[in-house]
Amino acid sequence: MTVAIIHTGCANIFSVQTALDRLGVPHILAERPAEASGADRLILPGVGSARPAMENLRAAGWDEALVAEPRPLLGICLGMQLLFEASEEGGVECLGLLPGNVMAMTAFDGGRLPHMGWNRIHFEIGQDPMLTGIEDGEHAYFVHSYAVPVTQHTVASSTHGARFSAMVRRGNVMGCQFHPERSGKTGARILNNFLEFGA
Amino acid sequence: MLAKRIIPCLDVRDGRVVKGVRFRNHEDVGDIVSLAARYAGEGADELVFYDISASPESRSVEPEWVKRVARAIDIPFCVAGGIRSVDDARARLFAGADKISVNSPALADPDMINRLADEFGRQCIVVGIDSREVGGEWRVHSNTGDPGKTRTETRATLDWIEEAIERGAGEIVLNCMDQDGVREGYDIKQLTAARAVCRVPLIASGGAGAMAHFSEVFRQADVDGALAASVFHKQVIGIGELKAWLAQQSIEVRP
Repeated sequence: MTVAIIHTGCANIFSVQTALDRLGVPHILAERPAEASGADRLILPGVGSARPAMENLRAAGWDEALVAEPRPLLGICLGMQLLFEASEEGGVECLGLLPGNVMAMTAFDGGRLPHMGWNRIHFEIGQDPMLTGIEDGEHAYFVHSYAVPVTQHTVASSTHGARFSAMVRRGNVMGCQFHPERSGKTGARILNNFLEFGA
Repeated sequence: MLAKRIIPCLDVRDGRVVKGVRFRNHEDVGDIVSLAARYAGEGADELVFYDISASPESRSVEPEWVKRVARAIDIPFCVAGGIRSVDDARARLFAGADKISVNSPALADPDMINRLADEFGRQCIVVGIDSREVGGEWRVHSNTGDPGKTRTETRATLDWIEEAIERGAGEIVLNCMDQDGVREGYDIKQLTAARAVCRVPLIASGGAGAMAHFSEVFRQADVDGALAASVFHKQVIGIGELKAWLAQQSIEVRP
């Protein structure tokens, strides 16, 4: 199996590469869809902001390629947010693979932004292939200021002021708002669930 | 609920982890990657690497060891030391660091914080502040890695915290110099004052000597994380036992 990491040019992708190395999974970097043709699944990582990331994805043709993508796809952090219809961050239209919009998290008494650190993830549905081997309430590492509210595709949520989507899935399109590659054993297990999804 | 973070700090000099007392007399405490892996395995929530020889000697941290650390651990880590340009920061972030921390160079060129936040997003921009009381107010110090070159800045610490956040800092690490390495507890008074003006995550640094010091700083100063070095390096406190004890005190931690 080979995983293609979609390289938007503005993300720090090294930590995703090393996480896959630790799991013993071969991976390639794909700047354009054609470069991922030999891969079995795709990861869309994300650090940075929505507008430049979307501009780079469009310039490389990913926006069209991902619409009919049959392979499992995992968006991480900003990469998950880009799966939705639009983001309040820079008022940008996103990939539209999942219904819903990305909203700014609002600062509240005692809650600081960015939402940075380890927070608990709670199951929104009874069972999901993404949750295999994970217990309700385990901690994952988050760093973000924008979030997707809980939708019908939310698998797990987390709370920082308001409840928001921590993990989402519709069919083979999946996303984690946290960084599984930096979330210790919990994150490794979730990455592994993605790698085993549908296999 | 966001867990309070326990953050071992590894001061790096010439590729080794060292520890001094009140920023002086550094002694060797081990290899960077093996200590990083040990702390990650014991349950540390995050690691900070300070290349303490960097700023005074006008050079930057080596991205090569940043890569080695990134390969070895599966928790986030921050790299500090001599980062004085967007390119310096990019090299560390692309080598696998989750965050970069700027201290002395940001004092010399505060607009650098804006440039870094614009380029990479504020979530990976940490501003480290070394502070101690001078003439009845907390004042910022620079180049603290080398006692011969340390300077007392004209800036008041609380003003600098507000300015750094305004310019795009996503997190503040406040190192209270009078407490550094002496293990008598965090500077609750200074950290409480900092908390009142700090709306981004605030990390306490300097003074941890006993488990009770951690619960004090979380409860009384409401910091988001507590950074410590010698108590972990010298195995005075085990990270696992510390977190179990904090959980017993009803402080939210990641087990």
